[in-house]
Amino acid sequence: MKHVKIKMNNHTFLLIITVLLFIAMYMSGVLLFGDKNFGRIQVFFNLFISNAGLIVVATGMTMVLITAGIDISVGSVVAMTCMLLAWMMEHKSVNAISALIIVLIVGTAFGFVQGWLISYLNLQPFIITLAGMFFARGMTAIISIEMISIKNEMFLSWANAKFYLPFGGHENKRGDIIFPYIYPSVVLAIMVLVVVFILLKYTKFGRSIYAIGGNEQSALLMGLNVRRTKLLTYVINGFLAAFGGFLFALNTCAGFVEQAKGFEMEAIASAVIGGTLLTGGVGNVVGSLFGVLIKGTIESLINFQGTLSSWWTKITIGALLSFFIILQSLLAARKQRRRVV
Amino acid sequence: MSKTLRTHIKKITEMKLFLPILSLLLVLIINVIKTPNFFNITITNGVFYGYIIDIINRSSELVILAVGMTLVVAASGGADISVGAVSAVSGAVIIFILGGGETSTDFYHAPYILGIAAAAFVGGLCGVWNGFLVAKMKIQPMVATLILFTAGRGIAQLITGGQILYLRVDHYKGLGGFIPGVPLPSPVFVAILVVALTYLLLKKTPIGLYIESVGINAKASRLVGLNPVFIQFLSYVYSGLCAGIAGLIITSRVYSIDANNAGLNMELDAILAVALGGNKLSGGKFSLIGSVIGAITIQTLTTTLYAMKVSADQLPVYKAIVVVIIVALQSVELKRMVQNLRAKFLTNTTKKEAV
Repeated sequence: MKHVKIKMNNHTFLLIITVLLFIAMYMSGVLLFGDKNFGRIQVFFNLFISNAGLIVVATGMTMVLITAGIDISVGSVVAMTCMLLAWMMEHKSVNAISALIIVLIVGTAFGFVQGWLISYLNLQPFIITLAGMFFARGMTAIISIEMISIKNEMFLSWANAKFYLPFGGHENKRGDIIFPYIYPSVVLAIMVLVVVFILLKYTKFGRSIYAIGGNEQSALLMGLNVRRTKLLTYVINGFLAAFGGFLFALNTCAGFVEQAKGFEMEAIASAVIGGTLLTGGVGNVVGSLFGVLIKGTIESLINFQGTLSSWWTKITIGALLSFFIILQSLLAARKQRRRVV
Repeated sequence: MSKTLRTHIKKITEMKLFLPILSLLLVLIINVIKTPNFFNITITNGVFYGYIIDIINRSSELVILAVGMTLVVAASGGADISVGAVSAVSGAVIIFILGGGETSTDFYHAPYILGIAAAAFVGGLCGVWNGFLVAKMKIQPMVATLILFTAGRGIAQLITGGQILYLRVDHYKGLGGFIPGVPLPSPVFVAILVVALTYLLLKKTPIGLYIESVGINAKASRLVGLNPVFIQFLSYVYSGLCAGIAGLIITSRVYSIDANNAGLNMELDAILAVALGGNKLSGGKFSLIGSVIGAITIQTLTTTLYAMKVSADQLPVYKAIVVVIIVALQSVELKRMVQNLRAKFLTNTTKKEAV
């Protein structure tokens, strides 16, 4: 009995709510739009396919949020990455692999500068990354105001490669059996997720991130190098934002200024819905994955419904975010009251 | 002699409004060098024209937003990043009510005063929501306002049906342009009115003092009998109201509402104005006039950059750099680092001399 009590704390409670919410939403989709084939495995896979970039970005965001920081520049970094990739490959005829390496370096450097300002100059993460957000978006426009489509053969071959599942297919009108498929981007995204999960759970670095988020002062007194750990977190986050941007570019095959607008909000919302506390110290990348899946489910529900406009996604996510933030705040208040008693 | 000069200089540099005035002068000097007729004002058709008039005119919305932002920053130590989106929402509501929801119309479907009331109401309502989350639920200000930052534009699009709504009524254009017979553009008067009212409110009532004390230490203020929750809440409602008024001016200028672009990026400008005004972004003591000067400086900078053929999309890069520099200059850690470096340098030179 006691064992169960320990396991069922507020944080797992939040995660369980998220998982249940996802299952409930998905099931309601299957029930409502079963006639439109919502129940197909491919629809489920599409959640991953269209959100591969977001999964990676949300993973990085979760790490930053655990340190009690925040990074709202990621959406613009994604846009800058896509634009830089497109510009280098189309206008400078750089080959795809070097272009990829360059954007990853740029993203990492971006994360380094932001992280240094935040951890070594002790500046507010929000202000710095807000500036970073505008900087990266402006840089995107400086590279090119016009949209650039990617026509690089190698890049397109990456984008269009498909991995088929050997079962669960369905017949199309001509009688051919079509098996459910995923793109390589999904595999990469899941790999990133697993690596970060292990990093957070089983390495010294990961544990110090939690310690710093829980209480920076205590972490410092414990002898952890708070500044370096925070810096490293932002560097990794910058890398992941650029990598997420690459996966995003695999989906869109283009770079334009307005791309991935509001992406940071989606990443933060996914992490928060997945049970990450904005006050730091608590969080889990698996929860963030479910946060992303919930957002994807809302989108495909609106898609299948057909008559609702796209801005309903924004509003629904805003509402969900408010709900979870308030829930967190209430749980925190209850915990504090208990401590006082 | 040099010693008294040095103390004089020190006195001047330690003045509260030193940084804002210096940066404004700097931008103005650059402008005068680039365009010698910068300060010229001409009169055509009974109204004033000129660079200066244009800058003051265009900075009106920003001044209004910066006033609200100053109070929010002072009381809660965090910024309200939803102001741009909130002004889009209130702008959408005004045009929707006055235009009767039609895409393009040339007469009022509802009395004008109702539109103004709606602007104030919607802005205030958004402020109430933000204030509730920050003051009552104790959520970090920038995260709480992040909700409306994105959802706000969704709501505005919902109201306008995703279209640009036009309201081609000359009376409506008046507030964004010129009222016949008045030589100055009308947004300036609205901005002056908002600043004057706020200034009186802060000076004639103890609210200004309350805000500062809550911003410096909320717990201690509670112990001396203030209600920090209510004061923080009030500052967010005020910021929302200011955003609503700004929305009214923005839509009056172009007699239309584009939910995607109305008030875009203005939250950064408003925060920048507060920081440029010499206010600490961590809350506490504040200077309203500093923020106003800051807002005008930013508009001057924007106009200058436009004149240098920088496109609107590229503008944020320069502004972001300015923000980072200002915030870094306020950092205690940077001062310590510079001091350490200087100390190291001095000891090195003395060592060399000893050798």
